[in-house]
Amino acid sequence: MNIELNGLTSEPLRKSAGRDGAETKISIENLEFFYGDNRALHGIDMAIPERRVTAMIGPSGCGKSTLLRVLNRMYDLYPGQRSTGKVMMDGVDILGSAMPAVRLRNRVGMVFQKPTPFPMSIRDNIAFGIKLNENISKAELDERIEWSLAKAALWDEVKDRLNSAATGLSGGQQQRLCIARTIAVKPEVVLLDEPTSALDPISTARIEELIDELKSEFTIVIVTHNMQQAARCSDMTAFFLLGNLVEYNETTKIFTAPQDSRTQDYITGRFG
Amino acid sequence: MTRLERRLLTDRIWRMIATTLAALAIVLLAWILWTVFYRGATALSFSVFTTPTMPPGRHGGLANAIVGTLIQVFLGLIIAAPVGLYAGTYLSELGRGKFADAVRFVNDVLLSAPSILIGLFVYELLVKTTGGFSGFSGAIALAVLILPVVVRATEDMLRLVPGSLREAAFALGATRAQVVTSVLWRAARAGIATGILLAIARAAGETAPLLFTSLGNLSWSFDLTAPMASLPVTIYQYAGSPFDEWVALAWAGALMITVGVLLLNIVSRLVLAPRGKAS
Repeated sequence: MNIELNGLTSEPLRKSAGRDGAETKISIENLEFFYGDNRALHGIDMAIPERRVTAMIGPSGCGKSTLLRVLNRMYDLYPGQRSTGKVMMDGVDILGSAMPAVRLRNRVGMVFQKPTPFPMSIRDNIAFGIKLNENISKAELDERIEWSLAKAALWDEVKDRLNSAATGLSGGQQQRLCIARTIAVKPEVVLLDEPTSALDPISTARIEELIDELKSEFTIVIVTHNMQQAARCSDMTAFFLLGNLVEYNETTKIFTAPQDSRTQDYITGRFG
Repeated sequence: MTRLERRLLTDRIWRMIATTLAALAIVLLAWILWTVFYRGATALSFSVFTTPTMPPGRHGGLANAIVGTLIQVFLGLIIAAPVGLYAGTYLSELGRGKFADAVRFVNDVLLSAPSILIGLFVYELLVKTTGGFSGFSGAIALAVLILPVVVRATEDMLRLVPGSLREAAFALGATRAQVVTSVLWRAARAGIATGILLAIARAAGETAPLLFTSLGNLSWSFDLTAPMASLPVTIYQYAGSPFDEWVALAWAGALMITVGVLLLNIVSRLVLAPRGKAS
């Protein structure tokens, strides 16, 4: 966590000035992203604070999901997608060869738009990620499963049917299972890619409450189409347009006194 | 006749033709099944399952042919299924570019290759080089028959697994091998199992690949290096013989294969049923 020692954070910090003293967890420096020859992100600089919720908003195709998928190198799976620039996490460039993608994804978890339960029991869904990285006893495993399900506010609903198929859960429960599965491996950062867009309002409210609780332990980055959601549950908000980071500031400032007229237009619903 | 009446009449005639032709196809199939069941059932008795083939007039059965088919199909399956599973997985998950395209094309060719060609190929490859017909070369010929079916089924079924499930597994820090073996194979297992069952059904009824490989054997043999009996080859030899007793046994063998293949098809549908309607 010796951010100050490596002296790499001064430039991005400027863009997120005014935070309440949180340390920078991820520092994005001059990041460009390409789908083949098509440039999707232009020179992004951004500092994501530790144990805060950072929201990324903007119209479809603005690059917010692309940026999120850079943070756990999900784009590695697809040939033709590449990035330039740096993404420093705790002083290490996570885009570089010093960080194998498999280890990075163990530290940076991700929850997707649609719930993606694996075709196995609820217990095995949680155990899957844990067993990949740790060699722990059955008792410890059970404890961790309970811990993560409780954290995801799902324990009470599933504790009597841990061995039944995860696909039998409701959509909202499945998404909380996916959150539990993600935090069960004890990542440092949790990426949420429009986690509530496929859910009903009640499930959405539960997930938002959950995000608020999780930020005491995890650095959270959430992409959302829903501006109210960004306003409700984030500390910092970044507004993207056409692959550019237009404005990045404390959420209250973005929604009450945006500096850029394009941000103003977007949050007041003039486009997007 | 008005234009509307003419259209309605055309429609009625068109529907009658379609229904008649559908009925014709069903009748043909029912006729075949009826003949096989009728003639097979009258020839079938407990001793057919327990007695090996014997010269005419000595009340032989089909036991050695049944066991021979089971051995060769099972051996062919355990050789072909792992190769097919991995090759299909390669095509779906790893293969890109010219090599994968070539593998896919060759597999499609193999899938539709006449089975007698496969028999000849294995004859050249194994029988001529080892100097004799053998149960093992019969199993290899069946393996070559099973392989492309398993490759195709595996590739198709893995491609049906949504990309989001792959990403979710990768997002937890799984390697590609872990994603495939723990999540994707599991998600596609019903489809892959169905493909394997249908491949077994196909192999169990083939005569041509065995004619030049395991040849057939008139008495018991569990020796994989010696000629081995099988149901289809025995049917082929017996059905054309002048002895009524042998012809009856051929029908009994045909009934066994028919029932076996029917059961495999039914089981494969049951395997698929919980995941969406099998049709």
